[in-house]
Amino acid sequence: MGQELAKRTKDDRMELYLHIPFCVRKCEYCDFLSMPAGETTRRHYVSRLIEEIREKSNACRECQVVSVFLGGGTPSVLSPRQIAGILEAVRECFTLSQDAEVTIECNPGMLDREKLALYKEVGINRLSIGLQSAKNQELVLLGRVHTFEEFVGNYSLARDIGFENINIDLISALPGQTVRDWEETLEKVLELGPEHISAYSLIVEEGTPFYSKYGQDDAVRMRGGHPKYLPEEEQERSMYQRTRELLESHGYRRYEISNYAKKGRECRHNIGYWQGVPYLGLGLGSASLMGHMRFSNTDCLERYLEGEFPSLEAILRKEPDILEKEGVVVLDRVQRMEEFMFLGLRMMEGVSKKLFHGRFAVRMEEAYQKELRKFQQEGLLVDGRDKVCLTEEGIAVSNYVLGGFLLSEP
Amino acid sequence: MAAIDQSKIRNFCIIAHIDHGKSTLADRIIEKTGLLTSREMQAQILDNMDLERERGITIKAQTVRIVYRAKDGEEYIFNLIDTPGHVDFNYEVSRSLAACDGAILVVDAAQGIEAQTLANVYLALDHDLDVLPVINKIDLPSAEPERVIEEIEDIIGLEAQDAPRISAKTGLNIEDVLEQIVEKVPAPGGSPDNPLQALIFDSLYDSYKGVIVFCRVKEGLVRVGTRIQMMATGAVADVVEVGYFGAGQFIPCEELSAGMVGYITASLKNVRDTQVGDTVTDANRPCKEPLPGYKKVNSMVFCGMYPADGAKYPDLRDALEKLQLNDAALQFEPETSIALGFGFRCGFLGLLHLEIIQERLEREYNLDLVTTAPGVIYKVHKMNGEVIELTNPSNLPDPSEIEYMEEPMVNAEVMVTSEYIGAIMDLCQERRGIYVSMEYMEESRALLKYELPLNEIIYDFFDALKSRSRGYASFDYEMKGYARSELVKLDILINKEEVDALSFIVHSGTAYERGRKMCEKLKEEIPRHLFEIPIQAAIGSKVIARETVKAMRKDVLAKCYGGDISRKRKLLEKQKEGKKRMRQIGNVEIPQKAFMSVLKLDDK
Repeated sequence: MGQELAKRTKDDRMELYLHIPFCVRKCEYCDFLSMPAGETTRRHYVSRLIEEIREKSNACRECQVVSVFLGGGTPSVLSPRQIAGILEAVRECFTLSQDAEVTIECNPGMLDREKLALYKEVGINRLSIGLQSAKNQELVLLGRVHTFEEFVGNYSLARDIGFENINIDLISALPGQTVRDWEETLEKVLELGPEHISAYSLIVEEGTPFYSKYGQDDAVRMRGGHPKYLPEEEQERSMYQRTRELLESHGYRRYEISNYAKKGRECRHNIGYWQGVPYLGLGLGSASLMGHMRFSNTDCLERYLEGEFPSLEAILRKEPDILEKEGVVVLDRVQRMEEFMFLGLRMMEGVSKKLFHGRFAVRMEEAYQKELRKFQQEGLLVDGRDKVCLTEEGIAVSNYVLGGFLLSEP
Repeated sequence: MAAIDQSKIRNFCIIAHIDHGKSTLADRIIEKTGLLTSREMQAQILDNMDLERERGITIKAQTVRIVYRAKDGEEYIFNLIDTPGHVDFNYEVSRSLAACDGAILVVDAAQGIEAQTLANVYLALDHDLDVLPVINKIDLPSAEPERVIEEIEDIIGLEAQDAPRISAKTGLNIEDVLEQIVEKVPAPGGSPDNPLQALIFDSLYDSYKGVIVFCRVKEGLVRVGTRIQMMATGAVADVVEVGYFGAGQFIPCEELSAGMVGYITASLKNVRDTQVGDTVTDANRPCKEPLPGYKKVNSMVFCGMYPADGAKYPDLRDALEKLQLNDAALQFEPETSIALGFGFRCGFLGLLHLEIIQERLEREYNLDLVTTAPGVIYKVHKMNGEVIELTNPSNLPDPSEIEYMEEPMVNAEVMVTSEYIGAIMDLCQERRGIYVSMEYMEESRALLKYELPLNEIIYDFFDALKSRSRGYASFDYEMKGYARSELVKLDILINKEEVDALSFIVHSGTAYERGRKMCEKLKEEIPRHLFEIPIQAAIGSKVIARETVKAMRKDVLAKCYGGDISRKRKLLEKQKEGKKRMRQIGNVEIPQKAFMSVLKLDDK
């Protein structure tokens, strides 16, 4: 049985994503599935999550888990014991590869020696710390609960305890931010020398407090006008460019549009997403890609806490009732080709024509003849001997390029 | 079936200003009467009706025959002929009125007489109809029946003291209306022995029966087998069926004789053969002359209609052909636009007619359309003496060949409460109106008369009127004829390329303003590209307005959280979906919406 299922998932590598939908308070710009919750809810949630791990792991016995990612929300709102409990269940039920990357996202204001030590003890080997900015004024604006100083303290603590792989999350293009402000944040972070830096620009998402404050402004920015508070497009572009220049001069390599790492410290988990490695999402609202199928858990907390988990085995067997009920998207060949392109092109090294041909039995130049030619003419793509990748200009307008690789009718 | 006693027939219509309760009253009248005489009840034609129902034939609007047992104990046959309620269909209204002998004038007890009330009454009086005023909505707290009665007597000059005071909504005093119809609407004249003379007031196409002609028999009679002839179009056919109108059904009968209202089917395949207003006569025993008042309906408003998806061109043609079967006033001919590809130049009675057709094409035929700015027919007098009737701005000859141009004018009447007179006069002035007169109907209301160019009212005049008078102005117009005018063709250039589908004819005095607004609007509608796009408005080679769509420099990438790729895909798909609705002009993609945005330039 297990053998058979493993064959269905084709690849014996897989990743695990565990979602902890809690936080101390919701940040002003946050559009992710998270909410503040009391102790009882958290406890209840953790036990459900552990049940889900046990239940679903049955279908993945033959797979090597190469990465585990605890994301949120803020996983660090859970007690270290709860985190330990979750990871123990993971180790018990799944086969983790020897060198598996095990990441936890943390809020820099909520760490202490005890927590970090325990994280280390249960095998967490990578920390992803949501700093967002090195300027306290900006942190207040974002609605973050920590200061830069608190972050620096906890960062040193993590180093003391022996974490050798730390990512720092940053957000640029904040309301009122100048290019100089952003450079200062980068400089301060570079002094600390983390192994990995994620630098995204702010998206004002509908439904967030930021949207009511800056939604109009964002619309103006999108049209290329002069927004009142948000940086203009040209500034945003300079911020992006400065990020690259500064980070590259400090020995970081941009391996994905918004991600930079020292050699060998690229985030394997994220790369997996871009390269179509199967992953299983566990916890509220988590998304999975298994056996060329995309599906998600319920995003309703009550239902998650009460409800039965759909059988992963049934999904993998493609039982029609379950597929229908769970809204499973079975990716057809064309959709997989599209994903190969629009996900793969986020990687700076680009997408491999050889790999494409091997996977889809059609040459990339054939499947995307028009698009490749057009984007090359527009100076947005470089077509190498094997790899096709975005140019600097192509990165700037990446949505435009990536969208071009959709073939099917939505 | 024995002949129906002509003296017991009443043919009438209901006229009213919009919202004064015409349809509600019609419903009440049908409710309070029977659909069949007691004799016909026994004839058991119900089965027949079911059959009709299965075929899904319904009668347009509310032309219906009903039976009323009056207080004198007699049964009367009422033919209630519905009239379209919009100025676009003025001609149809006049033909419907010509089929009646009387008209019920419904006036709102609170609002009193409005512009359309007047227009309709005059139209009815022109047709020698006996007009029977009815005061409706007396249940409203703001009802002032006495004042309204006075108004009717003063302004229209109709005796109104004994006008029924009713509430069509609650059904109050509807019997009074029915009794007055018996008393005051004259029985139809004419003799069944004379040669056939019947007026066509409507027609529709049914896939089983062919064309169904709605008519009022003025003289003579028609029965199955009669060889009929349409006097204006000359079409000849043998009658297959005659009948009258039940509620939603066609009920066949043996014959239609003088005074009766009913339908004829005669294996006619095209509504074009049966023009509204034409006279039906017996081909073997024709009447001496046709009934007066026939005119060929001409389209007043034109626009280009293009399928959003070029491959749907044949579908659009089929849909238009089908609609035309039922709508003799709809015209269309193929045309080609550089920007929009293959489509049709379509002609309509007015803007409402245009909107109806557009809506039907989109809803019933599931077509996604791009419509160009509506225009009117301009007369272009060329130096060489030739006169061109111009419906598509792209066909305007070179200015050097043009001696002068003319545009259609209308006589417009606006009824407005005194506080908004200023605002409405301003509006008419802005729309190049020529003031004719102002009469006070009473202290607080006036009737403004203006001559206005038709092209100034086909866009959004009605909306502007309503918004500037807070809904208190009512408006009506009729065609006046052509007047010489300083007109220019305004071209729009996008990225230096002229977009033919966006050109329009405009008065030289307002060209600058229109050009500027148009550029602003297009700037909002055209998405950014990788390069800067200039948008220019030009008259000939002279650019009069310019805007620029900035180049797209940076778009942001969301953090792809927890592997939620579906969300990312949706974002890209949305972007792509947007692209699908774009038209490529040179290397610029223009959303289809942009072609329509020119219709809404006056946003106040």
